[in-house]
Amino acid sequence: MQLPSFMMIISSSAGLSLLLWVFILMVLLYMARRPAHEAILSMSKILFHGFRLFASSILIAEKKLKYRNKEVLLSAGKEATERIIEREFERIDAFVKKDLAQFPTLQREITDSVVKLDEDYQKSTEIPPAPPGWTKAIEPIAAIPPSEDSMVAEILKSIKEALDKGQEKALETYRKSSEKRHEYLKNMVPTLRHINKSVDGLDKNVQVLLDRSATVDRHMDEYSEIIKKTDKASQMLSSSSMTQFFIAGFVLAIAIGGAFINFNLISRPMQEMVGGSVYMMGFKVADIAALVIILVEVSMGLFLMESLRITRLFPVIGALDDKIRFRMIIVSFVFLFLLASVEAGLAYMRELLSADDAALVAGLLTGGSVEGVEGVDDTGRWITTAAQMGMGFILPFALTFIAIPLESFIHSSRTVIGVVVAAFLRLFAVSLRFLGNLSRYSGRSLVNIYDLFIFLPLWIEGLVIGSKKTELKPVEVKKIQTTEAVPVKKRAPRKTATKKVTPKTDEVEEDKE
Amino acid sequence: MKTLLITLLMLLGFSACSTGPHKAHNKGVYMLIDTSGTYTKELSKAQQIINYTLSQLGSGDSFVVASIDTGSFSEKDIIAKVTFDDRPSKANQQKRAFAQRIDSYIKNVKSSPYTDITGGLLQATEYLNERDTRMKTVMIFSDLKQELKKGYKRDIPLTLDGYHVLALNVTKLRSDNIDPQEYMDRLTLWKGRVESGGGHWDVINDLERLDKLIKE
Repeated sequence: MQLPSFMMIISSSAGLSLLLWVFILMVLLYMARRPAHEAILSMSKILFHGFRLFASSILIAEKKLKYRNKEVLLSAGKEATERIIEREFERIDAFVKKDLAQFPTLQREITDSVVKLDEDYQKSTEIPPAPPGWTKAIEPIAAIPPSEDSMVAEILKSIKEALDKGQEKALETYRKSSEKRHEYLKNMVPTLRHINKSVDGLDKNVQVLLDRSATVDRHMDEYSEIIKKTDKASQMLSSSSMTQFFIAGFVLAIAIGGAFINFNLISRPMQEMVGGSVYMMGFKVADIAALVIILVEVSMGLFLMESLRITRLFPVIGALDDKIRFRMIIVSFVFLFLLASVEAGLAYMRELLSADDAALVAGLLTGGSVEGVEGVDDTGRWITTAAQMGMGFILPFALTFIAIPLESFIHSSRTVIGVVVAAFLRLFAVSLRFLGNLSRYSGRSLVNIYDLFIFLPLWIEGLVIGSKKTELKPVEVKKIQTTEAVPVKKRAPRKTATKKVTPKTDEVEEDKE
Repeated sequence: MKTLLITLLMLLGFSACSTGPHKAHNKGVYMLIDTSGTYTKELSKAQQIINYTLSQLGSGDSFVVASIDTGSFSEKDIIAKVTFDDRPSKANQQKRAFAQRIDSYIKNVKSSPYTDITGGLLQATEYLNERDTRMKTVMIFSDLKQELKKGYKRDIPLTLDGYHVLALNVTKLRSDNIDPQEYMDRLTLWKGRVESGGGHWDVINDLERLDKLIKE
């Protein structure tokens, strides 16, 4: 091993020179031991406290952010629940107006039907036929024993005939009246059915009302939880926001895919309108124009949804007068329709260009005819043309519905971002605390390593002190111990500390931290 | 707020001013066809390459086909040239017309006794520099054996900064079969000339590799 010339104390031996250097270094380090220890420990303490302070401030920021998140979440939840309850009441109102407004008429109908039923019932009651009065009168004659007198027999015969005739007539009358009564009873059946139907309808309506009121009750419970700012409400809203965020994100991703297809449909034919070699800020103007058309369609869709009060991204639109809002619906729909028509035309143009390109490339590469195509004449090609035109027309309207997931995404992203930032802050604070503890224990380790390097002088010191201790009297030893103990200052216990301070309290507290 | 609005409007104005056929996005291809001696038999291959190149170029790109003959440093040697229109449909029509012009030229080509490749290269650089295209490609369809008429001076250093020079279908001559070193020397000579001029040199003899013809 070669040592630099300035380190060669003994020029003939590098090993001895190195040994001497080690010895000198050891002695110097031994002499500087106390200030070195203090410097290392104070440095580690500074770092420890610095990191802890930083971590504490971040934790405070995280706490504030959490509080703010909760406030925002509850406020959003309150607004959403109010909207739901309002909507439920609107539904109940519409229902009551539509279905239960007919209740008095229905009641009247039922009453009328009941009266009619009662009348029919009265009419249908069986009245026993009154026995004819003269039967009693002829009873004694009938009781005359039969004799051979032809006169009497003749009379009795005629009486019997008259009686039979009367009986037949009475039977006929009875049958007729029975038939009439049955007619009345028969007529009661549809009335009864009508009443039954009316009552069933009423029952159904009341059941719907009960269901709606149960829903309102449920939402009211949620609302009261939100008003009370309970943790349950906060957790419920937070989890709902997370779900909304992911679902809306998924739907938006699908919508972006649709927009991308739409873009590809119109970007090439756009070159026919604005040129294929014109660039703006490094992008083809045709591509920019296609993108602008799609974005305008999305904007029109947003306005349409806002005007229809399906979404509430722009409170100004929602608060507009109904008449103006209706005009806005018409205007945005007309714009959307026109843009969709333009897109359908561009899609047709794209198909023509593609066919022309294909014919040209085929002609150039195969050496055949390079004549262009005049129209879309190939069999079956009309299907792709129609499909492209259809897509060009439908996609703008489909993109209109982006507004709904977009609203959910924007509203839920506030919560999600808040939660993510809070988690990040907590992680950062934990990392800082870890670094603080690391620097603190590193300081201690460095002190020990320092002592390890100067183990020889320390060992000698130990031997010297040991021999001195054996020579000294016990009283002197005590004196030495007390004089050594004086410089150690104990930190006064904190005023807030409740525990009894033990000699190693500081260390224990710091460890706990 | 007002200042911000004015700044935004100004930016928009500047960006709008920057529209127009942007010179930094188009391609320029200049193809030199050797028409000397027996090499005219190879011209059907050149037509294939021209057609392939036409299919690869788009709106705003420029394409020139010129012949290499006794004195190629002349506009008279340009067989066909075109800068494609902004509209794709119009560009397709131009491509068809270009292909037809090349077809009729190849059918009626007359071979020249000399081969002035350097003159052709100089003419190509002059044309493409004037067009100021972003990509500049010079394709040389030749056996790379330069034969100059007495009195023609072509020991001029080439300036080919930013150029991609492609040697296509560099056929082996009868003498190359006897001494292949001659073929190697020809390639090395032209590579050296192009690269010393700042250009990038490539050789494509296999026409199946035409996909690498116009690379970014």
